[in-house]
Amino acid sequence: MTTAELQRDADGHLANRADWNEQVARDIAIEEGLEALTDRHWLVINFMRKEFDARGDAPSIRKLTKESGVDTKELYALFPKGPAKKAAKIAGLPKPKGCI
Amino acid sequence: MKKLLILGAGTAGTMMLNKLSTALDAREWQITIVDEFETHYYQPGFLFIPFGIYSRRDVVKPKRDFFPPGSSVVMSGIDRIDAAENRVLLSNGMVLGYDFLIIATGAKIRPDQTEGLQDAEWRKSIFDFYTIEGACALADFFKRWEGGRLVVNVAEMPIKCPVAPLEFVFLADWYFTERGMRDKVDIHFVTPLPGAFTKPKASSILGDFLDRKNIRLTTEFAIGRVENASKSIVSWDEIEIPFDVLVTIPTNMGDEAIERSGLGDELHFVPTDKHTLRSEAHENIFVIGDATNLPSSKAGSVAHFQADILTENLLAAIEDRPLRASFDGHANCFIESGFGKGVLIDFNYDTEPLPGKFPLPGVGPFSLLEETKMNHYGKIMFRWMYWNFLLKGLELPIESNMSMAGKRW
Repeated sequence: MTTAELQRDADGHLANRADWNEQVARDIAIEEGLEALTDRHWLVINFMRKEFDARGDAPSIRKLTKESGVDTKELYALFPKGPAKKAAKIAGLPKPKGCI
Repeated sequence: MKKLLILGAGTAGTMMLNKLSTALDAREWQITIVDEFETHYYQPGFLFIPFGIYSRRDVVKPKRDFFPPGSSVVMSGIDRIDAAENRVLLSNGMVLGYDFLIIATGAKIRPDQTEGLQDAEWRKSIFDFYTIEGACALADFFKRWEGGRLVVNVAEMPIKCPVAPLEFVFLADWYFTERGMRDKVDIHFVTPLPGAFTKPKASSILGDFLDRKNIRLTTEFAIGRVENASKSIVSWDEIEIPFDVLVTIPTNMGDEAIERSGLGDELHFVPTDKHTLRSEAHENIFVIGDATNLPSSKAGSVAHFQADILTENLLAAIEDRPLRASFDGHANCFIESGFGKGVLIDFNYDTEPLPGKFPLPGVGPFSLLEETKMNHYGKIMFRWMYWNFLLKGLELPIESNMSMAGKRW
């Protein structure tokens, strides 16, 4: 099954976390207009997955800035427009609850 | 004697003091409330001050007027909560022990969280209206202003009363029209959200209002800094929006005492069970109102609905019974839309604002998601209800949990 055919939720995020792998992440990144995922992207994506496992929610931008080691300016450069939402989508997580 | 301690005598804390003073036996329980300020502000009224509709005296009363007779009140700041020892250390050196603790320390604006916001232009061409000082300073500024670019910017979500910034631009449109200078004012609403409001259906209706009122909308703008010399706000991805006057809704955060106590999240809001209102970390701590991290609106109506749930659950916890009352995220907001009209929305965690009649199905008198004069009168009347019923913990004719009766979907 290709990434485009995977089941999505109402926000366009993956419906099932089990469907996620690194290739799926790269495909979603392309859908989101990102050209390639660098080590810095992966650092954020992996941090988000770890946080989600620990707390059941994807972290906010403020939390990312405080704890991931990537500052806000760089987060916006890596994931233009909405870093928290975009990185969560690429990480195969639902939209952060904080983004109401 | 067992001890119940309430931190914060704002809307939520005062309501809980009133409700529990009736519900708990005074021979068994000593209730104490702590706050550092003497004055209670009717915060929903701040919105009207910049436009000369209300003045300072319309929104202030002494907190003591709303405490039941014989209440134990301690006027002091809070140093920190020592949850492991069931005690609170106050700034005045006092130490208060508790059997149960209610945290109602609220939220406040933090302009220091955005680079350049509190710099040279602060209170000269940059104002807030979430403080009495900011709202009054802006009223003085608008009286003399000859027009230009008015930018209203929400720095970061969540904020108290998420509809207030929209109401502000609607009222600004009305105010400058009445003064015969609307053509000289370019009103621009700049938000980090993907639309005009947090909930999709209301967002699209309110977005249409912006269009009709000739108010510009920029979405998904995350402010990174303010350039004071060139007078512009700049996003993290370097989009620049110039202003002649900036009305900012700065980042909202919980009290510093929450951070000092190690009880908060990254915004110093207390992680709270969204249904029982109990602290996630401690069984004898409950949290209410703006101080929680709940995904409900930070607003007085929400605190009011939570107060009934919290009273029931606290009484259950005291008697070691399971917590059965469940908060559904109910919020009810009158939105001023200008020219003497208003819109009413009613929603919860799971159900978006829907059209219909409220509170009596099919009758009203208020109309949901529709612009009417009656909704405006509801908002104006609410101030009287707030001072005379709500703060005193008396019943209002609205259920704590949301009702679907009278709604169309």
